[in-house]
Amino acid sequence: MTDPSYKLRILGLRKTYGPVVALAGADVDMHEGEFLTLLGPSGSGKTTMLMLIAGLIQPEHGEVWIDGRLSTYMPPHKRDLGMVFQNYALFPHMTVYENIAFPLRMRKVSEAAIRDEVRRVLDVVQLAGIEARHPRQLSGGQQQRIALARCMVYRPPIILMDEPLGALDKKLREQLQLEIRRLHRDQGITVLYVTHDQEEALVMSDRICLMDKGEIVQLDTPDGLYFRPESVFAADFLGESNLLDATVRRIEAEVVHLEGPGGVPIEAPARDGLSEGMAVKFMIRPESVRLLEGTESADNTLEAALQDVILVGQVTKHYALLAGGTEVSATSLTHHRLPRFTQGDPVRFGFDRQSTVVLPVSGPTPAA
Amino acid sequence: MNSTPKASSRAGSGARGRVDWRSLGPLAPVVVFLGILFVFPVAQLLWLSLFNDQGAFTSVHYERLFDSAVYVKVLGITFRIAAWTTLLCVVAGYPVAYLLATARVHTRNMLILWVLMPFWTSFLVRTFAWMVLLGRRGAINEWLQALGITDAPVKLIYNFAGVMIGMVHALMPLAIVTMLAVMRNIDQNLSLAASSLGARGGQSFWRVYFPLSLPGVASSALLVFIVAIGFFITPALLGSGREIMIAQVIIEQMEELLNWSFSGAVAVLLLGTTLVVFFVYDRLFGLSTMSATGGIVDEAERRPGLISRFGAYVGGRLITLMGWICDRFSDAVEMLRAPRPERPRATLSRKVLWATGMLVLAYLVAPSFFVIPMSFSEAAFIKWPPEGFTLQNYEMFLGDPIYVGAMIRSFVVALTSAGLAMLLGVPAAFVMARRPMRGKGVVFACILAPVIIPHIIIAVALFYAFAQVGLVGTTIGLVLGHTVISVPFVVVTIMAVLKNYDTRLDQAAWSLGASKLRTLRHVTFPLILPGLIAAFLFAFVISLDELTIALFVSGGQTPTLPKQMWVDAIFKLNPMVTAVSTVVLVFVTSLILVAEFARRRSEKVMG
Ligand SMILES: Nc1ncnc2c1ncn2[C@@H]1O[C@H](COP(=O)(O)OP(=O)(O)O)[C@@H](O)[C@H]1O
Ligand SMILES: [Mg+2]
Repeated sequence: MTDPSYKLRILGLRKTYGPVVALAGADVDMHEGEFLTLLGPSGSGKTTMLMLIAGLIQPEHGEVWIDGRLSTYMPPHKRDLGMVFQNYALFPHMTVYENIAFPLRMRKVSEAAIRDEVRRVLDVVQLAGIEARHPRQLSGGQQQRIALARCMVYRPPIILMDEPLGALDKKLREQLQLEIRRLHRDQGITVLYVTHDQEEALVMSDRICLMDKGEIVQLDTPDGLYFRPESVFAADFLGESNLLDATVRRIEAEVVHLEGPGGVPIEAPARDGLSEGMAVKFMIRPESVRLLEGTESADNTLEAALQDVILVGQVTKHYALLAGGTEVSATSLTHHRLPRFTQGDPVRFGFDRQSTVVLPVSGPTPAA
Repeated sequence: MNSTPKASSRAGSGARGRVDWRSLGPLAPVVVFLGILFVFPVAQLLWLSLFNDQGAFTSVHYERLFDSAVYVKVLGITFRIAAWTTLLCVVAGYPVAYLLATARVHTRNMLILWVLMPFWTSFLVRTFAWMVLLGRRGAINEWLQALGITDAPVKLIYNFAGVMIGMVHALMPLAIVTMLAVMRNIDQNLSLAASSLGARGGQSFWRVYFPLSLPGVASSALLVFIVAIGFFITPALLGSGREIMIAQVIIEQMEELLNWSFSGAVAVLLLGTTLVVFFVYDRLFGLSTMSATGGIVDEAERRPGLISRFGAYVGGRLITLMGWICDRFSDAVEMLRAPRPERPRATLSRKVLWATGMLVLAYLVAPSFFVIPMSFSEAAFIKWPPEGFTLQNYEMFLGDPIYVGAMIRSFVVALTSAGLAMLLGVPAAFVMARRPMRGKGVVFACILAPVIIPHIIIAVALFYAFAQVGLVGTTIGLVLGHTVISVPFVVVTIMAVLKNYDTRLDQAAWSLGASKLRTLRHVTFPLILPGLIAAFLFAFVISLDELTIALFVSGGQTPTLPKQMWVDAIFKLNPMVTAVSTVVLVFVTSLILVAEFARRRSEKVMG
């Protein structure tokens, strides 16, 4: 049995296409009202997971529990789920009205009730008055909203969304992100969302499930994923990061001492799975790196030769090379009193022990 | 998709509506060619049927046509045969097209070859194959008796059923390919979306997939019907003599009675019928559904004619009904085997689809191969099973000067006419694919017309025109005639290739300093070479297999291979014909395989 407080739960779900492992035994739980995002590069198995949950394809192993009921092989029409497809999948031969009415007709709702429901849901997505048009006559943003309306009209308690904003331009995407969040909050729906856009995932989600090559890499809150990545992949995929090679020298209760590039000592919070002499990487976000002035000191410091200073609006980025040729970057708020540098100037970068993350290296890497 | 290059070149061509005639120059040869060898002869035929020797108007031929019940009856039979053929082709072809459209890419590419092969393998060969299979002493009858199902041979051909078997076999590939073109553009996510919204398999198919595939069904029905009403080989060889189609009347009038004016009138009747069919189709579905090899026509853009509104109403009811029936059927299946959460669902409908598809494909592909063992049989007449092993049929074939001459002639004609079709068609395809111009649709329709209009009309018209200038019975006449019908294929094939061609490659070459000519030579042609090869081979095979025009234009002394086979078959089916068929079958099949692989490679190269 499974804990009924989970709205949606998958256990060891696996799907292969010939030699391709599309999803390699995934476990995910979702609470009622949660907004969980599957994030990962293209081909990482996100769509596959959604389709398995929706029952549109059948798994080889594993279980799907919806609302505390085992549903692994139930046909899609027997699951109370809504799904928004990657390119909306609006029926081109039907009007907006007919599109939205479709799920209700399949549920044998009376035509009078259908009329009311369609009107209601069009109000919710703020598109009243376009019932008679065909999908082709709508803009991308409008099509997206209709797809959402068609999915919400029968009030499924769980909605799966496969890159619903992928085809829109940035501005519209940001606007619709907010709208989807608002709908999610107001209607109390449980949402399983898919995107390959890390920023979108960070903005929208309660939790993020990071995926790669059919496997779940890390399932965590946006905060946890950003500041406490558990693998090089996670650190690299989400946000900008400086990833540097190091070797473990000494492990204490709270602190692990590393030997960084060029023999620099580096301190970081201790974590499991480390042993002395082990080759690791450590990650530091550019915004956690400061330029040290004069005799200013920090928990960890790196000396480098400045290569470039780029002003990107609100922030300024400094790029510098360590002695071994590794690039390190630091991002700080743009400030008119920032000291001016010329290329090749020696700089000192400093960062806190607490914002340094040690990561195990997967696979063999040359020692630093 | 390609709106950007279009928009920019439109802006570049200056004031709206002004055409840069020089840029259309490459279109001129094909326009002139078809004007002289297609439009003019057909117009002349029309004239001939309406005016007498003195140039005065006369309706005598048409009066005779409608006076005698015979011709009206033939017209009726023609329609009945064409309608049945269309129905069977579309109904049996639909599952195959659906299967192909929804199969994985790899599977589809393989299966498509099985559909295309009979499409291109010699038409006569296939008809002979049916005679071998279904005759009194054919394979089917022998098996039926061996299995004790029947005591005496059953009459499987030389009747209406025989005509149907042959014609459906001949035309179903066309139906499948046309439907497939539309189905491949249907987003498979739409069916999934319907399922996720609560539709069961049947509902999702009837309410979403089927309506979207209708343009394909309609255009394939149109093509099959149009081609079918011009048929004469199958009814003549597989019919009882009662299944006389209008094209046979034309041939009879020409060959036996030498009554050109009257056969002109019959041809015009056939042409008129074709145009009426087009007109009705346009009213019902809009001809635009044809052009876009797919592309769903927006309901709102359609002409809301009375017929189409009525059609939409009936269609809506029908779809609701079919959906309901499927639901009840699923209910019944679920009663026997209820879906359970812990047990994989049976994919019954998919299995049924595969079984149906394979059955239809077997019907399409298998018969041709029966001629191969027959060609090595020692029996003095065609009967199943083949007896012993001998090459005597081949020796006879290669020792027969008429056949060898015909084979060489066919080869030379096919090679020359394919070359000519390329010379005319390739430049035209470039203009059609790349230059914006007004009236493009009209020009395209004119180029396509020789494919769509029954070939027998073109044949009669050309015969009359050629007779005036002494081209009948000459190789040149044959080459010209075959080019008329193969040039549209070249244009369409090359246009399809160019549609996938990224013109920015050319622009890149120009920006790198290549002249237009060098760009063409070093960038464009190498990239579209596989497409060019495919177009050439298609044109080659069309000419090699062509019978209708050859029947009229090649004189009695200089037959092509298909004509010689036809003449022999009409009198008496000689076992030697199985050897000829085998040679043609193997040769043409290999060519088509090469062409198809070339085409695929060009698709792959260009992404
Ligand atoms: N129908 C299919 N047939 C074969 N391979 C597939 C099919 N669907 C997905 N795959 C493969 O499974 C993997 C995961 O695909 P998908 O779930 O669509 O990834 P995502 O949505 O994360 O981009 C990919 O390698 C893809 O090529
Ligand atoms: Mg995807």
